[in-house]
Amino acid sequence: MSEYKWRYAFFLGCVIPNRYPMIERSIRDVFEELGAEILDMPGASCCPAPGVFRAFHIPTWLVIAARNISIAEELGVSPLTGCNGCYGTLRDAWYDLEHNPEEKKHVNELLAKVGRQYKGNFEPKHVVQALYLDMGLDYLKDHIKHKFDDLKVGVHYGCHIVKPSDKRPWHGEYENPQFLDEIVEITGAKSIDYKDKYMCCGAGGAVRTAVKEVAADFTREKLVNMRDAGVDIIINCCPFCHLQLDLGQVEVNNFYKDIIGEPFKIPVIYITQLLGVAMGMDPNRLGLIKNHDLKGVSPFIPIDRFLDIVKEQII
Amino acid sequence: MSDNVEKYIKRKVHKGMSTKISQKFIDAGLEKIRACINCGTCTGSCPSGRRTAYRTRSAIRKALTGDESVLEDIDIWMCSTCYYCYERCPRDIPVTDMIIKLRNIAVEEGFILDSHFTLASDIFYATGHGVPANDPEAHKQWRALRESYGLPPLPPTVHSYPEAVKECQTLMNEVGFRALLDNAAKLKAKRKAEAEKIAKEKTEEEKK
Repeated sequence: MSEYKWRYAFFLGCVIPNRYPMIERSIRDVFEELGAEILDMPGASCCPAPGVFRAFHIPTWLVIAARNISIAEELGVSPLTGCNGCYGTLRDAWYDLEHNPEEKKHVNELLAKVGRQYKGNFEPKHVVQALYLDMGLDYLKDHIKHKFDDLKVGVHYGCHIVKPSDKRPWHGEYENPQFLDEIVEITGAKSIDYKDKYMCCGAGGAVRTAVKEVAADFTREKLVNMRDAGVDIIINCCPFCHLQLDLGQVEVNNFYKDIIGEPFKIPVIYITQLLGVAMGMDPNRLGLIKNHDLKGVSPFIPIDRFLDIVKEQII
Repeated sequence: MSDNVEKYIKRKVHKGMSTKISQKFIDAGLEKIRACINCGTCTGSCPSGRRTAYRTRSAIRKALTGDESVLEDIDIWMCSTCYYCYERCPRDIPVTDMIIKLRNIAVEEGFILDSHFTLASDIFYATGHGVPANDPEAHKQWRALRESYGLPPLPPTVHSYPEAVKECQTLMNEVGFRALLDNAAKLKAKRKAEAEKIAKEKTEEEKK
């Protein structure tokens, strides 16, 4: 086996492994194909979610986040997450601890009780950050086998991959980031501009758990704007946004059926699913073709429409 | 500057910062709340405020002036933590972090929604995951879905390491999370009982 160019500790979080395992599969496979070794983080927990558990008790959020980061530190690499929420937590906790020595000392006193130590010597990274900043567009381009010239994509960034911008690696850019669009466009697909593109999906901050109708109303607005712009599919980089745009789309069709006209049926695809299929990988394995007869599982909006558009390019 | 003006400014600042909530902000290093000029950029940037009664400016104002009604209002739980208010605040106040801190104070006072309490206590504290897949019956299909993608039925997280769940619980006990939740449950139950008592008395009064 060839030498790996990069090594990461894969921080799974909750929604990726437990609700959208095809995203986990696609991240593992795409990173392997790109020459990045993915290490498991044994015994990692919920990050804990930045808008939910941090909102209940900041000290709990911080110490559990530090414990998770310490597992990656033991492996001697950066924790890598595919989730904006986990990224928000790991990155904010890392930033806060590195800027507050007293807090760091206190967290380590707590961690000592379970025989752990947080050092802070590895920067938590997002999957998209690793693709864009560690590997770079030119490197990714060399691995693209199929070009999807007819595909119109509505790119959804989500919030915590770019904000708070002082704790993110994008040089303060938060109003109009382009990095995810650029990754999408190396597959030949066109990123379509739509109204309020950078708006939140509505799920975060414990809103989905509090009042599903409110979360779905954010989603409705996004879906209306995407449909008006004529997008074929949605590409995102966060499993919670993914869930909200996929399962939430069903909820929008239900809660707001009187005001949306036609029900929405826009396929929702994670960035490494798109990259993987463009790199010539098996769409079955990437979760782009249904290969089981399980009921009540993701995806909730069929993705056949995506394959219909790109099938001539991948045969 | 005349003495009167100086006195006036001092008095306002002192009064504004002597409330329980604002003191908690200062203790948490969030004294920047004092810089708020109530301009409304936060509310204007808020996607939640466009569809709910949540008004960021108003919540921050109430926190600053010590209006504790802000704690029991469901409105502060409508913030999706999108961070636009934090980014756009012309006074550089970390607004979203303030709202998160405000929620912490609300939970301390026992103001937590049932759905959030269940999520914190029965799911996160119990399993170590916020969205678990280990219930023998209810999550069967999710484990099967994992297997259909060539993954083990349970991920290599706390789900595969029971001692890791215990470790998280030890940390959560040590840092006071369990006690916080138990106390919130007590305060909630007490308030509920009081509300029921008042309602009952009211009905009896009406019967007479």
